[in-house]
Amino acid sequence: MTDIVATIRDGNEAEQGLKPRSELTTRELLREVGSVLRMSEAEAAKLGDLPADPSEDQTMIINMGPQHPSTHGVLRLMLELQGETVLRCKPIIGYLHTGMEKQGENLTFMQGGTNVTRMDYLSPLNNELVFSMATERLLGIENDIPERAVWMRMLLSELNRMSSHLLFMATNGMDLGAVSMMIYGWREREEVLRFFQKVTGLRMNHNFIRPGGVAADLPVGWRDDVLHLLEMIPPRLEEYDILMTGQPIWRDRLQGVGVITQDEAVALGATGPVLRSTGLAWDLRRDQPYLHYDQVEFDVIVGTYGDAFDRYAIRLNEIRESIRIVHQILDHMPGGDYRIQNKKVTPPPRARIDESMEALIHHFKIFTEGFKVPEGEVYVAIESPRGEIGCYIASDGSATPYRMHVRAPSFVNIQCLPHMMRGGLVADAVAVISSVDPVLGEVDR
Amino acid sequence: MSDTPVSEAVAPELPPSMYGVPLTDSRGQRVLHPTRAQYVATVRALLDDTFTMCADLTAVDFLTHPGRPLPDGISPERFEIVVNLLSIERRERIRVRVQVPVDDARIATLFDMYPGSEAMEREVFDMFGIEFTDHPDLTRILMPEDWEGHPLRKDYDQGRIPVQFSTDFPSKEGAK
Repeated sequence: MTDIVATIRDGNEAEQGLKPRSELTTRELLREVGSVLRMSEAEAAKLGDLPADPSEDQTMIINMGPQHPSTHGVLRLMLELQGETVLRCKPIIGYLHTGMEKQGENLTFMQGGTNVTRMDYLSPLNNELVFSMATERLLGIENDIPERAVWMRMLLSELNRMSSHLLFMATNGMDLGAVSMMIYGWREREEVLRFFQKVTGLRMNHNFIRPGGVAADLPVGWRDDVLHLLEMIPPRLEEYDILMTGQPIWRDRLQGVGVITQDEAVALGATGPVLRSTGLAWDLRRDQPYLHYDQVEFDVIVGTYGDAFDRYAIRLNEIRESIRIVHQILDHMPGGDYRIQNKKVTPPPRARIDESMEALIHHFKIFTEGFKVPEGEVYVAIESPRGEIGCYIASDGSATPYRMHVRAPSFVNIQCLPHMMRGGLVADAVAVISSVDPVLGEVDR
Repeated sequence: MSDTPVSEAVAPELPPSMYGVPLTDSRGQRVLHPTRAQYVATVRALLDDTFTMCADLTAVDFLTHPGRPLPDGISPERFEIVVNLLSIERRERIRVRVQVPVDDARIATLFDMYPGSEAMEREVFDMFGIEFTDHPDLTRILMPEDWEGHPLRKDYDQGRIPVQFSTDFPSKEGAK
């Protein structure tokens, strides 16, 4: 009981949270600032403004979240404020931790997709893709995936990038007070999800991309649906430009806010639009091509200043690049199988099950026992809308991964928040969180 | 034959290595296997060799799978730290795997070289109970602070949600 009272009084959970300055010696403070700002003690000391940092009666530690609507879920930030200026900031996570990596060790490689697809719930197809690619690499069949499956994976992955970035447009607008933008962003995203529903049966958490290919072929009339999307979205993006990009209030809210330099971003491991906003053109689709990204033409969008406006503009233009890629995918889409005809990983066709007992047994074995994956370990990374999503799988030769780890881009990117916020205004904190676009399902896994 | 460079002729005799650390190939990906003592020096050498980004840092608990293949001279331990480094300049990746025994589950932090590894090391500490010496803020990150045990260890039970209609009904006396 006393513990609870103490927790309520202090307003934080002791160890994980930010400590008030009065409880720290100088050395501990340096260490704390270092760990909060992700720099060594020596660098923290070099900041120079530490001794001049105010005494405790001028500062205040407040909690932002985990129920704050602008924290994109259950992100909690502890902010040390002096007036309206943020001095220290520490993201506290784990409120959505559901043990998905542990769960991944108990699901077969066949079932694993249902698990990983729920991590980054705004780009589920990218999660499934990286898991499938890691599994295929372990099986040694990564070069035998049928062409149609590869191009279908690209199509879905790019459309997913569009839907994810459209949602970013909506939430970013909402966080900054452009409430009508929220409606528009969700509206366009819904159009893309409607296509996903037609193809996979579900709006989200599809479990459609599986080891060996994809679950089903594209439905009749898919090309018209995609063309309809590609026709509808570009004029809407022009509307976004009018509504936000050129608008003085919007620019004032975002330009120069949440600046991060290139060296900092690289040292902190940031990827995706956060890294590209600093001017470093690093996109795994171009730099370490997977699927057939080396056969399509697109530009890697980079920023200049590393601020929140750059990250907004990058995402807006990445939607345009994705549209460009999807046009090329439509031209390339070949016929043929949509999954590998390797009986080890692919269940027999439904029609065979009715007439052949062996096929029925085969089907039953694959869905109950799964397929065995040779011993080994592999790390595969692809470019998700949020950055590098990686999947590390260690297999012991059984049908379930011995260890399944997902390198979540949001988990790493939110570690940049303290750096971006230091010295900024508390009112800009929302703009900074929004510009990183974290998905807490992926941060906490 | 005479124009074959000496190094190539000799190469098959020696196991491949880099910075004096055994180098293996896992499905076409390069993996370095330093000892704990060589760990920091190896990573430092890689950092100087353009591997400027620590893409990922995680661990594996090999409690129930001790007999995995490792290069000569590296004895398997229960834990393994896996670090994925990325060279943006050369567009290359390399992986570092370090064995960590359970009775002395500690290893040096990479924080000074890669500040971004701070949160990942906290996650490994939280999930596996491996200590990172000189880490600036070694606290649990995903689990609550008062949590007991380390969930991703293999001897940590997954737990289950009680199901109402299962075969092993609690007796009426036992149920309250």
